[in-house]
Amino acid sequence: MPRGLPTATFPRGAEHDDAAPLSIHDLTVAWHSKPVLWDVDLDIPKGQLACIVGPNGAGKSTLIKACLDLVPAVSGEVRVFGEPYRRQRKRVGYVPQRESVDWQFPVSALDVVAMGTYGRLGWLQPVGRKQKARAMQAMERVSLEQYAHRQISQLSGGQQQRVFLARALAQDADLYLMDEPFASVDAATEQAIVDVLRTLRSDGKTVVVVHHDLQTVPEYFDWAVLLNMRVVAAGPVDDAFTADNLRATYGGRLTLLDQAASALGRLASGDPGSA
Amino acid sequence: MTNGAMGERGLLDVLLLQDYNTTVVVLGTTALGLAAGFAGTLLLLRKRALLGDVVSHAMLPGVVAAFMVMRGLGGSGKNLFGLLIGATISGLIAAWLVPVLRRASGLKDDAIMGIVLGGSFGLGIALMGIALNTPGGNQAGLESFIFGKTASMIRADALLIGWGAVVVLAATLLLCKEFRLLCFDEQFAASIGRRVDLLDGALMLIAVAVIVIGLQAVGLILVIALLIIPASAARFWSDGFVPSLVVAGTVGAASGWLGSTISALEAKLPAGAVIVLVTGGFFIVSMLAGTRRGLILRWIQAAGLRRRVRRQHLLRAMLEAGEGVGSVTIDMVCGRRRWTAQHVRRQLRRAQSAGEVLRSSAGAWHLTPSGLTAARRIVRNHRLWELFLIHHADIAPSHVDRDADLVEHVLDAPLMAELEALLEADTTLPSSPHPLGGVT
Repeated sequence: MPRGLPTATFPRGAEHDDAAPLSIHDLTVAWHSKPVLWDVDLDIPKGQLACIVGPNGAGKSTLIKACLDLVPAVSGEVRVFGEPYRRQRKRVGYVPQRESVDWQFPVSALDVVAMGTYGRLGWLQPVGRKQKARAMQAMERVSLEQYAHRQISQLSGGQQQRVFLARALAQDADLYLMDEPFASVDAATEQAIVDVLRTLRSDGKTVVVVHHDLQTVPEYFDWAVLLNMRVVAAGPVDDAFTADNLRATYGGRLTLLDQAASALGRLASGDPGSA
Repeated sequence: MTNGAMGERGLLDVLLLQDYNTTVVVLGTTALGLAAGFAGTLLLLRKRALLGDVVSHAMLPGVVAAFMVMRGLGGSGKNLFGLLIGATISGLIAAWLVPVLRRASGLKDDAIMGIVLGGSFGLGIALMGIALNTPGGNQAGLESFIFGKTASMIRADALLIGWGAVVVLAATLLLCKEFRLLCFDEQFAASIGRRVDLLDGALMLIAVAVIVIGLQAVGLILVIALLIIPASAARFWSDGFVPSLVVAGTVGAASGWLGSTISALEAKLPAGAVIVLVTGGFFIVSMLAGTRRGLILRWIQAAGLRRRVRRQHLLRAMLEAGEGVGSVTIDMVCGRRRWTAQHVRRQLRRAQSAGEVLRSSAGAWHLTPSGLTAARRIVRNHRLWELFLIHHADIAPSHVDRDADLVEHVLDAPLMAELEALLEADTTLPSSPHPLGGVT
């Protein structure tokens, strides 16, 4: 990406697509004094299934959290549909990592999914019939309706992951940010999640997924972001997800490169499976 | 209220709240227990239970400082309301100091809480030493805030507790949805624009309110027990957020009522301690008998599973050893698995009373017709599970930890039909660790 004048004086829109669902401008994030993301510059176009891949500690989750104002930026900014996140919250759905919460917590699956409707409710407004119905619909979309009244600790890991996905669906957003939704789920859940993502895409939604399984990138996603503290490559999967870019992202981690090679092999043999 | 008068009070008078002073104490501690159950559940689910202990200890310097200020302004220093305002202020300072110090120092939570608790309590003791040495200071009853002095409670105190409890309950229920969100998933709450700091502040205010109204009754050392114990007991009875609150409130209220009643009957027992001991009793009962994850329930479930598995293994071993309907000796059954003769005899007796096996002649046993049917079904279902694992486990591995008896309930009809067809045609199945006699 050609780099021009410093951002401060750069006329917005000259380089970035202002209407893009997610547009990140020269974002730098640090934990204490250690930078985690460095000068990240990124646009995710509308209607894409985008993945963010990169080695452990590359800042993938931090990038998602920075987009949601959950971690402060040292410099740079994030625009969601052309505006700061705080003005577009109702258009963004979020799936945090499954391990980020205590699944022994005394709530039912439906209670958790209904939290997706809280964004449109005030502090004192109770969850009403309308919100419950919307939560139930979201549970049906991930085939969990029969588990609605179970306590969440009685769900399997894959079902818990689908509860989080359903909660994001209940947010009824235009842009979805998902942190490792495929982490340690069984094959049935993985397929269910992929189906939901494709439905979202056909509804014109944009989805950004932090992903760890390089093999499935060409099959599941349209757009790839290769991240290792900075953006190594970003673009349509065919352009960005190349062996050279992967090597630059992952360094000398050979097993991962083997995985990538087999993924690229499948891509080259005309079997991306994403049609 | 003198000890002598309390000792002569009849059980019925106390239970029926006939005596005015006792009524005040019992109603006050009941309301306190109710509020503490609610606030404690919030603290526990926010994983901040021990912060309550820090806050209560940190109230001592506030109480003493308030006393000194009121004395300095020319009052007697005994105004309860003034003392409790001092307690609230220093408690809130401690609650605010813990996260601030953690961020500034990078130390872990427990270390920070130890520092704030110890430091503030030490400051309180030191201030109290100074206050007690001033004229009239030793009559102020400041020590009663440390261990509580329920019996000295008057109507105004009970009213204060009652109103405090009402405010705590109302605030908790009004904000119940927000607290559920905050305690379960703070990051998601922040992502949808909730002010986590404000919600945490509200939660802390509720906890501080309960501690302040509990200072007089149970004292600042024991008030943490009233917050944590009913809330912990509730987890054994309920799986929901609001039910947890309600159960904890009920346990707290029952403890307050029962504890103060017991202490009124036996005046030598300090009410604060008795109330806490009663909550402890409720906790033990809940841990044992709780309907959600109580120990007895878990023992029963585990024993039931053990019995089912052993029955299945026995019937299968009988079927295989006896090639169907033949008689088998205990030795033959022992040989199928690593069982002792004693174990097999016990299982056989159990199966006999279920009508599944019969003792034919000296030492020999055989399956009854119903036992044979059951055994064949068990073997068939185990084979179906094995086939399912081989052919379908990739789609639903979560199903395979089930009991053989449940195969039809877990898998749907088309899949069962498919598996049964496979079983009919099957010759490729890896040989079972136990040869299957008389099955196919």
